[in-house]
Amino acid sequence: MRDTFVDTTTALLADDPRTALVLADISAALFAPAAARHPDRVLNVGIREQLMVGVAGGLALTGLRPIVHTYAPFLVERAYEQLKLDLDHQDARAVLVSVGASYDRAAAGRTHLSPADVSLIDTLHGWTVHVPGHPGEVAPLLRTAVAADTSAYLRLSVLSNERPLGGEGALQVVRDAGPGAPLVVAVGPTLDAATAALADLPVTVAYTNRPRPFDTAGLRDRAGTDVILVEPYLAGTSSRVVSAALADRPHRLLAIGVGREELRRYGSADDHTHWHGLDASGLRRSVLDFVSPALR
Amino acid sequence: MGFKLQASRMTATTTTATIAAAAAPIDGRQPVAPLLERIRAGREFGTNVYSTINVLQVLYHRVLRVDPTAVDDPDRDRFLLSKGHAVAGYYAVLAAAEFFPADWLDDQGGPASRLGDHPDRMLVPGVEIGSGSLGHGLGLGVGTALGLRAQGRLEPRVYVLLGDAELDEGSNHEAITYAGTTGLANLTAIVIDNASATHGWPGGPAARFTVDGWTATTVDGTDHDALHTALTGHDGNRPHVVVAVVDPKED
Repeated sequence: MRDTFVDTTTALLADDPRTALVLADISAALFAPAAARHPDRVLNVGIREQLMVGVAGGLALTGLRPIVHTYAPFLVERAYEQLKLDLDHQDARAVLVSVGASYDRAAAGRTHLSPADVSLIDTLHGWTVHVPGHPGEVAPLLRTAVAADTSAYLRLSVLSNERPLGGEGALQVVRDAGPGAPLVVAVGPTLDAATAALADLPVTVAYTNRPRPFDTAGLRDRAGTDVILVEPYLAGTSSRVVSAALADRPHRLLAIGVGREELRRYGSADDHTHWHGLDASGLRRSVLDFVSPALR
Repeated sequence: MGFKLQASRMTATTTTATIAAAAAPIDGRQPVAPLLERIRAGREFGTNVYSTINVLQVLYHRVLRVDPTAVDDPDRDRFLLSKGHAVAGYYAVLAAAEFFPADWLDDQGGPASRLGDHPDRMLVPGVEIGSGSLGHGLGLGVGTALGLRAQGRLEPRVYVLLGDAELDEGSNHEAITYAGTTGLANLTAIVIDNASATHGWPGGPAARFTVDGWTATTVDGTDHDALHTALTGHDGNRPHVVVAVVDPKED
């Protein structure tokens, strides 16, 4: 996904003189050709994340469209007040693109894990959040985000589904179990595990790579009584949105995602997927417990 | 005149000069002092209000190329008030320059007012950034200067006003070093130095800038001619800082 991001951003910088890129050393080498061609619009401020976001705010105030990129914890958590004040409060808009996701760099430990990033972005107003599930989804999502005039967060990961899906944010039904069936909404790279886990169960599986704004109309069309969210970041991040969308209906909601507890374990991203119950066996267990314990 | 200048321990001579200057019209329009009194509305102002107003007057009267009838002109100079609590003088100067009607000054901070205790660029014409939380203006100023340069707008200059205590915030030092080492020439920082930083700046605030390649001038923050010389003293190749020394903040 990062390679696609680099290629697409390099092309956007060449095509649109409004586009600018702000870096804090991460991925700077990958952008060296773009920096050589556009030295005034490819700005590496060094390891200075507060300045990175402040600069993006200033660029936007002069009419440019900044893309801001580093590891998720440094982009969203370290400089959170800059997101709140230097972007939102100024009505300055930017496109934030992170790598690292919840636990891509599992062996690096807690400092490089960022399961709470989407929750933090969700405290801000009017942001679009894109969580591509495949490298092939990155370019269109990035182009859409840059062409829009709102702020956006694009969350890249080394985890991926087998095939890219489109959808432009609308819930896409991948597997239809008919009216009233439990609805599983899988976000981004969780889809393949969800479909594998639930292949023989009477549940509808839908996909989105744009959890904000959440497709609440599609949710209301498809949801019966039981709704299951599967998100690759902090469990429950979208519960608020789903609950509000279904507030006028009796419903039950299970929110699966990355746990809050710090595991203090290294290993691989796949290990963490397993430990957080986001692999096929974990998802199957959780869904069965929720939908029909008797089936277990 | 009603200015509480005694509170800032200025000498009688300075007080007289400052009142005269404060009362002088900007651009032949309204004098600032009555507008400041109108905002004050009987309240006590902190000394920071008076320590900042001289710089603001020199900027808006003699330095900034800004026009209240064209607040979105892309080639205007930008003034970013980073120490957003120094807002009363800012509002008075903006009203004097007719960026907004003077009657906005009444009921400042009230439920229907557009003028808060910290300024909001979305509510007040002429205000370039919303500020209040310290340490945000210089980063935004660096980005603004970079954005102007990237668009070939080489005439406008970006001025950011900070306080010496505000320099405690580490975000400033990210901006100072980056702007200095990359030679961001269209940026001027102004530090109002009322010796209020809890642990001080041994050697003076200017040293924090010059070590990274900025030019610097330290002047009497009440001397309008000295301020004007300093505020126009950039060399065109590097960022410039003006340290405006005023009476120490009272506890």
